[in-house]
Amino acid sequence: MRTLRFLLQKEFRQIFRDPAILRIIFVMPVMQLVLLPMAADYEVKNIRLAVVDHDHSVYSQQLIRKISASGYFLLTRYAASYQEAMKAVESDAADLVLELPSSFEKDLVKEEEAPVFMAVNAINGVKASLGSAYLRSIVQDFNQQVRAEWLQLPRFNPEPVVQVTSSNWYNPLMNYRYFMVPGILVILITMIGSFLAALNIVREKEIGTIEQINVTPIRKYQFILGKLIPFWVLGLAILSIGLLIARIVYGIIPAGSLFTIYLFAAVYLLAVLGIGLLISSYTQTQQQAMLISFFLIMVFILLGGLYTSVDSMPQWARYLVKLNPVSYFIEVMRMVVLKGSGTGEIKGHLISILAFALFFNTWAVLSYRKRS
Amino acid sequence: MEMEKVIEVKQLSKRFGNFTAVDAITFDVYKGEIFGFLGANGAGKTTAMRMLSGLSVPSSGEAKVAGFDVYRQTELIKRHIGYMSQRFSLYEDLTVRENIRFYAGIYGMSDAFIRDKTASLLQQLHMEAEAGKLVKSLPLGWKQKLAFSVAIFHEPQIVFLDEPTGGVDPVTRREFWNLIYEAAASGITVFVTTHYMDEAEYCSRVSIMVDGRMDALGTPAELKKQFDAASMDEVFLRLARKAVRTAD
Repeated sequence: MRTLRFLLQKEFRQIFRDPAILRIIFVMPVMQLVLLPMAADYEVKNIRLAVVDHDHSVYSQQLIRKISASGYFLLTRYAASYQEAMKAVESDAADLVLELPSSFEKDLVKEEEAPVFMAVNAINGVKASLGSAYLRSIVQDFNQQVRAEWLQLPRFNPEPVVQVTSSNWYNPLMNYRYFMVPGILVILITMIGSFLAALNIVREKEIGTIEQINVTPIRKYQFILGKLIPFWVLGLAILSIGLLIARIVYGIIPAGSLFTIYLFAAVYLLAVLGIGLLISSYTQTQQQAMLISFFLIMVFILLGGLYTSVDSMPQWARYLVKLNPVSYFIEVMRMVVLKGSGTGEIKGHLISILAFALFFNTWAVLSYRKRS
Repeated sequence: MEMEKVIEVKQLSKRFGNFTAVDAITFDVYKGEIFGFLGANGAGKTTAMRMLSGLSVPSSGEAKVAGFDVYRQTELIKRHIGYMSQRFSLYEDLTVRENIRFYAGIYGMSDAFIRDKTASLLQQLHMEAEAGKLVKSLPLGWKQKLAFSVAIFHEPQIVFLDEPTGGVDPVTRREFWNLIYEAAASGITVFVTTHYMDEAEYCSRVSIMVDGRMDALGTPAELKKQFDAASMDEVFLRLARKAVRTAD
């Protein structure tokens, strides 16, 4: 116990004496949490639209006005021909082309239907599919408006329409920040917990002090605990800072209890610290540790459900997600912060992450050697 | 008078794959002596020293350090030895006092012992004014003297020094050797590797390793007589030139 006290004292002294580490610990979370959610926007806005209006009628003007008034589109080109509009797409001045035929108004009034043509630049898949969906729904809406005007009060609706009304639970305004901020916080804690710990140990290998430690009677578990505890404490400190930023900047107040969040985070940190320990026992230089960490964090983020929905992944990828500890914490954070889930509801996640913690730490302890 | 053996080595070897780094060396080290361990770069000195201090598992042979077996009792060996590696091993981002306290603490020294001995040590090294300074701000010679003092702070039976004076100026080297003599006089056995032949002359006994084998062992006077040489330098050159292995 006394040995551990000396080890912890040394670690904390070194951490708080290193300005670079302090910056990473306190400035990085603030920057990431303030900037990233603002930039990482799920909504697609500012879609550049080129219009080819062959009709120049009242209705075609109305439709165009309706589209530009929606707020999602920027009318960047009013082209005379389809070819001209496509040139705008080719020179990257437009994302979408909407072509209205010369008989647009006539067909609409007489035939009660009018074809419009839409061409989409699908290089950016998300922008293309969302943009065309927005445009389609605006055109549909316009269509109904015109029909209502012309058919005058119909005695009965000739085409029964199923109207779908939805209400968004737990995040009524579909504010994507409520959704992103807890996830980004998880990534931050993961990076601090695993990679800072790994770099710290590898650094001792690089400068040779670990050899000096190995020749002392320090027990393996004492050395490992001496390294884990400081970063465990730092991880929880960053979680607290992050939750505070979420509250002040975004007004996100967890619907569930803080206790549930901290309970899960405490166990989760053990798991990621185990990963850090593992990285450190298989690498010799900080450079190697950095590269492995970089690779892992990419996988963790892409297969963690932060930016992409896990439900839309192929089956094999979903199995990989199950092996990613980060995905559990992201899910738990969203459940507790948005839905107000209690400890009972996240019990399954907690058991899984406990298993991860046991697995990684056992492996790491077994692979750490005091002698060669 | 039968002298007390603190290190007993019999046919100790270390192989890395096909490469035999240390080839069946046999020797004893007696209590209180300064045992010089010489050899060209890559001769196997550091590997031998790492086996004796419990950092490396021998491939074959036997060895006892401070009465403990190098295969099964390494943790007990570690309690009774000090070790100063080739690479500087104090924490540069801790102060002089914090380094002393940390290393003394992990050897289980009591707070009172640490406090009293730190005071006398700083006085002996004339470093009272530097006690609160970060180690990285000290000149190399001072760091080496401090590292040695930290390695013997817990009063071990044996201290292993791996090229302790590499890159240090002659004046500081002399001061360093004074510290070694003091340690030996207080009963600590000193096991030291070096490349400086003048330092070899200071040792009680000297062994010379060539290609992993121990080719010579004796007092400096005995070795000079055996090889009909005027200085240790000549003895060393005569033996080291036979080496087939090149430095790593």
